[in-house]
Amino acid sequence: MEIIVSAALGILAASGIYLLLRPTTFSVILGLTLLSYAVNALIFFGGRLNAASPPLVLAGTSGQADPLPQALVLTAIVIGFGMTAYLVALALKAKGESGTDHVDAGKDQ
Amino acid sequence: MFGAMGFSLLAVMLAAPFVGAILAAAAARRSRSAATWAAAATMVAGLLAMAPMVPAVMSGGVLVDRTPWLPDWGLDIALRLDGLGLLFAILILGIGLLIVLYATYYLPEYDRLGRFYALLLAFAGGMLGVVLSENVLLMLVFWEITSLTSFLLIAYKYEAHDARIAARMSLAVTGGGGLALLAGLLLLGNIAGSFELSEILAQGDVIRAHPLYPVTLVLILLGAFTKSGQFPFHFWLPNAMAAPTPVSAYLHSATMVKAGVFLLARLYPALSGTDLWFVLVGTTGAVTFAYGAYVALIKHDLKGLLAYSTISHLGLITLLLGLDTPMSAVAAVFHIINHAIFKASLFMAAGIIDHECGTRDMRRINGLFKYMPRTAVLGILAAGSMAGVPLLNGFLSKEMFFTETVGHPAFQGYATWVLPAFATIAGMLSVAYSARFVHDVFFNGEPIDLPKTPHEPPRWMRLPVEILVALVLLVGLLPQLSVGPLLNAAAGSVLPAGLPEFKLAVWHGFNLPLAMSIAAFALGLVHYTQRRHLYYLHDTHAPKIASPVAFERIYNGAGLAAAWLMRTIDNRSLQRYLAILVGFVVVLGTWAWMSKPRGGVMGTLPATPPDAAAVAALVALAIGSAGTIIWHRQRLIALIFLSVVGLIVSLAFVRFKAPDLALTQLSVEVVTIVLLLLSLRFLPGEVPAASSLSRRARDAAVAIAGGGGVAVMTYAMLTRPLETISGYHLANSYSGGGGTNAVNVILVDFRGFDTLGEIAVLAMAALGLHALVEGLRLRPYASNATSTADRYPVMLAELMRPLLPLALAVSVYILLRGHNLPGGGFIAGLVAAVAIMLQYLASGIDFATARIRLDYVRVLGAGLIVATGTGLASWLFGRPFLTSTFGYVQPPFLDKFELASAMVFDLGVFLVVVASVLLALSELGTLSRREESAKVPDREKARV
Repeated sequence: MEIIVSAALGILAASGIYLLLRPTTFSVILGLTLLSYAVNALIFFGGRLNAASPPLVLAGTSGQADPLPQALVLTAIVIGFGMTAYLVALALKAKGESGTDHVDAGKDQ
Repeated sequence: MFGAMGFSLLAVMLAAPFVGAILAAAAARRSRSAATWAAAATMVAGLLAMAPMVPAVMSGGVLVDRTPWLPDWGLDIALRLDGLGLLFAILILGIGLLIVLYATYYLPEYDRLGRFYALLLAFAGGMLGVVLSENVLLMLVFWEITSLTSFLLIAYKYEAHDARIAARMSLAVTGGGGLALLAGLLLLGNIAGSFELSEILAQGDVIRAHPLYPVTLVLILLGAFTKSGQFPFHFWLPNAMAAPTPVSAYLHSATMVKAGVFLLARLYPALSGTDLWFVLVGTTGAVTFAYGAYVALIKHDLKGLLAYSTISHLGLITLLLGLDTPMSAVAAVFHIINHAIFKASLFMAAGIIDHECGTRDMRRINGLFKYMPRTAVLGILAAGSMAGVPLLNGFLSKEMFFTETVGHPAFQGYATWVLPAFATIAGMLSVAYSARFVHDVFFNGEPIDLPKTPHEPPRWMRLPVEILVALVLLVGLLPQLSVGPLLNAAAGSVLPAGLPEFKLAVWHGFNLPLAMSIAAFALGLVHYTQRRHLYYLHDTHAPKIASPVAFERIYNGAGLAAAWLMRTIDNRSLQRYLAILVGFVVVLGTWAWMSKPRGGVMGTLPATPPDAAAVAALVALAIGSAGTIIWHRQRLIALIFLSVVGLIVSLAFVRFKAPDLALTQLSVEVVTIVLLLLSLRFLPGEVPAASSLSRRARDAAVAIAGGGGVAVMTYAMLTRPLETISGYHLANSYSGGGGTNAVNVILVDFRGFDTLGEIAVLAMAALGLHALVEGLRLRPYASNATSTADRYPVMLAELMRPLLPLALAVSVYILLRGHNLPGGGFIAGLVAAVAIMLQYLASGIDFATARIRLDYVRVLGAGLIVATGTGLASWLFGRPFLTSTFGYVQPPFLDKFELASAMVFDLGVFLVVVASVLLALSELGTLSRREESAKVPDREKARV
């Protein structure tokens, strides 16, 4: 299972980085979304894979998952949305100002 | 022994010049003489503040005054007055006082002198700081102050091009040296374990034995040599003659250039006594000594001669310190005194000559003796001291130098003659240029074509020179009586182990040093008479490039190279920045991995068995990612693949026991996709391939390296045991936080302050978006807008309206149960946002905004107020910010349930999340609405 998880994160990170390096704003947003998945998952899996139950303190449960990475990642996911929304606005603003959706628009290259 | 009085006096003494600088500048507004008085009073005040401390220091005491400044960095304002510091302080303030007087006559009447005295006093303050610092880092701060203020002083006549270049040159050289010195002092402090001089000087043996000693020494020497104009860093010094003569007289006799030799003397107990010291300091000093003396003779400019003579004498002092015998160190300190006195008077005399003749060219200035006999006598006496004529002070230290060259321990056997011979030749060169100063200027026929007829200067302008020449004679005739005690005290700081037995006397009997002196005189005079051959040789063979030109070339070349480098690396492409950034992270990660002793990727944790669902999920995720990449230019398709990936991630959260995360991810996924779809309306739907194959290959390589790194790192982490701090959270979740859902309790209770920060960030992002799209007008792409014909599907619209209350009720339920079961403010907020968003999608913006009368920005603010208010409320009960409390209530007809203050906080979170998400979506939604309303005629608009 560890190999599967590691491979999944590697794929997410690689795809994210590749799209991040594309020249158009929308691709960068896609890439950042994929990279966020990878990073969030990496932090989450910091709690390891062998949890027997969710991190709820109920009578008779044991082997709960580590709640701390989950709490960290929960807010990270929501902030990730905020970041994406801001980036979209930025991309649209850039489009409105420069007329193109190239990340280097308006710069002398 | 030393009262508290003495300690604060040190601070007064150091502060005086800086305060005085401001006062003098202010006084200059009143009148020119007021500025002079203010400056002179400052120098006197410094001397008076020092006076009470003198007896203690003269008897060998060291006064230290410590005020903590940045204690964590080992930086205190620690001041120190010992013999060496006292000597320099007297030179700085005493000669400074004479310079103040001299300058008021030298500088033209129209100069109000405010800027001049302000700079001069600030410079004097920097110098005092250097010699009075106990902490070496503090000393460096003052060292840099002297570099900066001397830059401003040299550029005093900033209208002149050569003054600007000279100032820049001196700043570049001394500033560069200052950087080396900083590194050297940091190393020194690390080796000694303290930046305090008292500690450092006591640990000479430790420092010399340390493996980093050579590096430390070289760095510190670079600082000292650049400051003191030692070969090959000497070239800034002659060019600095572009400064007004009072500045030259001050900087190049008693202060600026002496800071370098002061540093050598100051650190002498800690650094000297090794072969490396002897070779580096001795050789540099010897070369500079001889080179400066040789060039001084061929300079036709009066100040040029004095400048190279200064270089030469500084070389001599450096050589004396480098010879590294106790007596040579004493001679070095003695020569510091003597050189300061005669060189200051010579510069001032040269200034008078320049002032009265209108030129400094010695080929035209001749026979001045009969025009200004008094000045001539003064100049001749000072120049005699420079040459080492008996009965003048320069003779004494020169004899000490000659004595030390005879039988120096480093030159034994057949090499015994090397050092005395060198000393005699260098002495001969010194005699030759001194002879030129005397003979060429004051005798040697009549002046040639002078701009004005020379005559004696004003009486007060000559007074400083007279005082200094009197000192030349006094020290020369009665050395033991005049400077004996001061020399003992100063040399005592350089040689803490004890001074050698010595006697300051004019007459030591007939011995080898005296013979060397006589030989040097005879040869020097012969050399001077044969100077025409030397000029001829110099004119025909010496390279013709002037040092300012060469410096400017290098300087401009460096600028061009830097500009080229910037253009090459930084092409202002964000795309390239990102590639470099990611590539650098990959390199850094690989490097960190390689540099550690490797225990293999796999850790000790037993592997968990894989299952078929996981493999299937991996395949789906791979397909989703690959699809996003392959079709990233057909954006709608890319979005569909991206949502597959998001779904798999949500499922992974379910599989690995994180229901809260799964709910969050799922709802965020929905709103993100909608958001991106909205943006697509304004972005070209399909883009032609924009990157070359090689660019894509490069990016793919970076991406694969990065992804590989993440995979390896994840695997290494997953197979290693976990040391978590979450035991506390699980154990205290219910008892301390009143909830059974540990994740939610962490969010709203244990780490509530973090969460407050996070919702603030979310709010900022939403407000940022709000600000960005405000007033933005974009034309939707026609190809993306074709579906507008059937905008709102009836089925969806009819279904969504009754569903809304139900969905909102669910979100409230999720909010309330969040403390105990998966849910909470974040998830509830997202669910509510999705429910409301569906109304927009199903029935259109107009329908929805007409019914949902909510200003999301206000809701956002309300949410933040609620969350912050919950935190503040705990202050009312005398508890720290965001302390939570909880209790149980038993309402009639219902089960007992629990209420926690954290739930109110969660309500704030809920409001912020709802408002942020809806603000973002509705802003982008109305963006298209704006366009449409701009397009439809007014008639239709009214109907809407």
